[in-house]
Amino acid sequence: MNPEHLPQLQQLMMVLAAMVLFSSFVLLEQARLTAAIHAFAWQGVLVAMVTVIVAAGGAQTHLFFSAALTLVLKALLIPWMLHRLVRRLELDRHSEPLRRPALVIMAALALVIFSYWLVLPIVQQELIFTRNIVAVSLAVVLIGLLMMVIRTQAVAQVLGFMSMENGLFLAAVSATGGMPLMVELGVAFDVLVAAVLFGVFFFQIRASIDSLDVDRMNRLTERVDGE
Amino acid sequence: MTPALTVTVFTPLAGALLLAGVRRLDRAGLLNVLVSAVTFGAALALALEVAAREVVAGAGFRVDAFNIYLLVLTAFVGMTTSVFSRPYMQYVCATGMTSERGMRLYHVMFQLFIFTMLLALATDNLGVLWVAVEGATLATVLLVSLYRTPEAIEAAWKYFILCGVGIALALFGTVLLYFAAQHVIDDPAAGLSWSTLHELAPQLQPAIMSLAFVFLLIGYGTKVGLVPMHQWLPDAHSEGPTPMSAVLSGLLLNVALYAVVRLKMLVDGSLAGTPSAHLAGYLLMGFGLLSFLVAGLFLHRQRDIKRMFSYSSIEHMGLMTFAFGLGGPLATFGALLHMLVHSLTKSAIFITVGHAAHIAGTQSIDHIRGLLRTQPAVGWGLLIGVAAIAGFPPFGVFTSEFLLLSATMQSQPWFTVALLTGLVVAFAGLFRHLQPMVYGPVPEGQQPVQANMFPVLVHLGLVLWLGMAIPAFLAHWLDRATSLITGMHLL
Repeated sequence: MNPEHLPQLQQLMMVLAAMVLFSSFVLLEQARLTAAIHAFAWQGVLVAMVTVIVAAGGAQTHLFFSAALTLVLKALLIPWMLHRLVRRLELDRHSEPLRRPALVIMAALALVIFSYWLVLPIVQQELIFTRNIVAVSLAVVLIGLLMMVIRTQAVAQVLGFMSMENGLFLAAVSATGGMPLMVELGVAFDVLVAAVLFGVFFFQIRASIDSLDVDRMNRLTERVDGE
Repeated sequence: MTPALTVTVFTPLAGALLLAGVRRLDRAGLLNVLVSAVTFGAALALALEVAAREVVAGAGFRVDAFNIYLLVLTAFVGMTTSVFSRPYMQYVCATGMTSERGMRLYHVMFQLFIFTMLLALATDNLGVLWVAVEGATLATVLLVSLYRTPEAIEAAWKYFILCGVGIALALFGTVLLYFAAQHVIDDPAAGLSWSTLHELAPQLQPAIMSLAFVFLLIGYGTKVGLVPMHQWLPDAHSEGPTPMSAVLSGLLLNVALYAVVRLKMLVDGSLAGTPSAHLAGYLLMGFGLLSFLVAGLFLHRQRDIKRMFSYSSIEHMGLMTFAFGLGGPLATFGALLHMLVHSLTKSAIFITVGHAAHIAGTQSIDHIRGLLRTQPAVGWGLLIGVAAIAGFPPFGVFTSEFLLLSATMQSQPWFTVALLTGLVVAFAGLFRHLQPMVYGPVPEGQQPVQANMFPVLVHLGLVLWLGMAIPAFLAHWLDRATSLITGMHLL
């Protein structure tokens, strides 16, 4: 089935989903925290746009509400909070380039291919559309995970975590037309509380190790001679 | 929704809001006990209702034979832990390890944690289940870092990140599940209702369900503490305040395992008749056995007493996961019983360990010595508790482990060897550390402390009772849960 046979709304969603994936790569590459936060905010905007399109497609009206919630939470509130924290922690000039950029990008690409491979059996009888969108969402989730693994800076890890949430939301909205409203509200609430707690932790970690490089937290190990 | 159900689930939430406004420490502790007692009373009333009506459902909640016993257990352990935590946390506050504000945070979060546990158990909606389990992480993460030591903050960060990632993967699994449900259920609002899904399970697409289950197992399995996703568990249990360790080990792990078992029931229904009908069971058996064996070995290397017992928790969760994977009425009955006795024993042990660490002034195994002579109540408590958890007769853990071994012998005889080896390894690991702690020479100047051993006595007494004679009503109860899970009665 060729893409041009899909309804126009679905084509638009595919483009947007691809852009979400692209923004994941951008996020992964950023050396400066402020730039990474901006990339994350744009990802939030894109996910909100996908939500609006699904809602316009007539699936469920509560999706307009979800879209607004996503826009406020993921594109405005959380980036703003992180931005403020970064400034208060005086990290806005902090720059940490990837140690092996080529390798990281290759790994991310491998994750995208892996996601496509993983969803192959699911939807053989489904539309090509759903399969693509689930694969892209899974790739966004896995790239967020990759980011949490390779970044040692606490704020960057949180960005990875939040972009995983974006991928999950994208999957929920585009593949299933949105979860029930109560669940979506609960998830949004959890994400918001998590964001606040992360902020609290930045200060606790800084007070503890005088840095936000979480690799330096290595007191708890299984070493027997570790006294 | 019946009043008993409402009161059971929402009392802790109301209690948390009330406790946020209480400044006096002694009053807050008392109120904490009171709220927990009301919750437990309501849970008992709910249990009577469930006994009379099989299923109590309404407003998105659904309580049947499987979750009611976990609800009662959660409310009970919550209550006894709050009894223990009142004097203990006053001592902690007096030593200056945390501030008055920290204490308020502790009380509020304790109740919120109990609320999320009860919500996760009572809800029928798999999405709400996810929200509640994630909420449990959020409620406890600040408590793990309560003492603000570098170790505590490191442990809390690890807990937050690992459980956050794990639970995110579980959400992806939930989305896939919902996706599969949409093809069979017309009403989108009912697409995550466990009872509806369970009825329609044979129609759910097997390919999607098995993929969803892998994500769900990794996600909730992180919370169960299954190896290799267990890294957060020993840290969080050892660095947080002791009452937290007791409820984390005794309750949170159970709730996560409960979620896994509920989801396994859906996947089994969907995969029945396909070539990979036992996929979920095999996955559980693999992860369970790995956790069981690895944790038993790690027990030997521990230097921190709370870390040691958290590895023991991983070991037991592994055993239960294995048993649920094995399936069949005998193994399931044994696993349900094991959930019960493990929770009771492990929370009793953590309470005793709290007192032991208080006596010795440290959590380091090398420096805890001569407990029996310094304070016989604590020494005996620890000795009996460890004997119970290691599976000595006549305690309940022996009964459940015996059932599990018989079930394994029946269906997969070769695994019995691995299980027995694991039990012996874990037993040796526990006792090699325990022996000097209780019998060793008393260090100079070691004084007895004011210890409240009543909760320990009650827990261990119950475990002893369950080991010698399981009361008929409880056996009947567990049997009904078994028939819910496996479709077959044992008794």
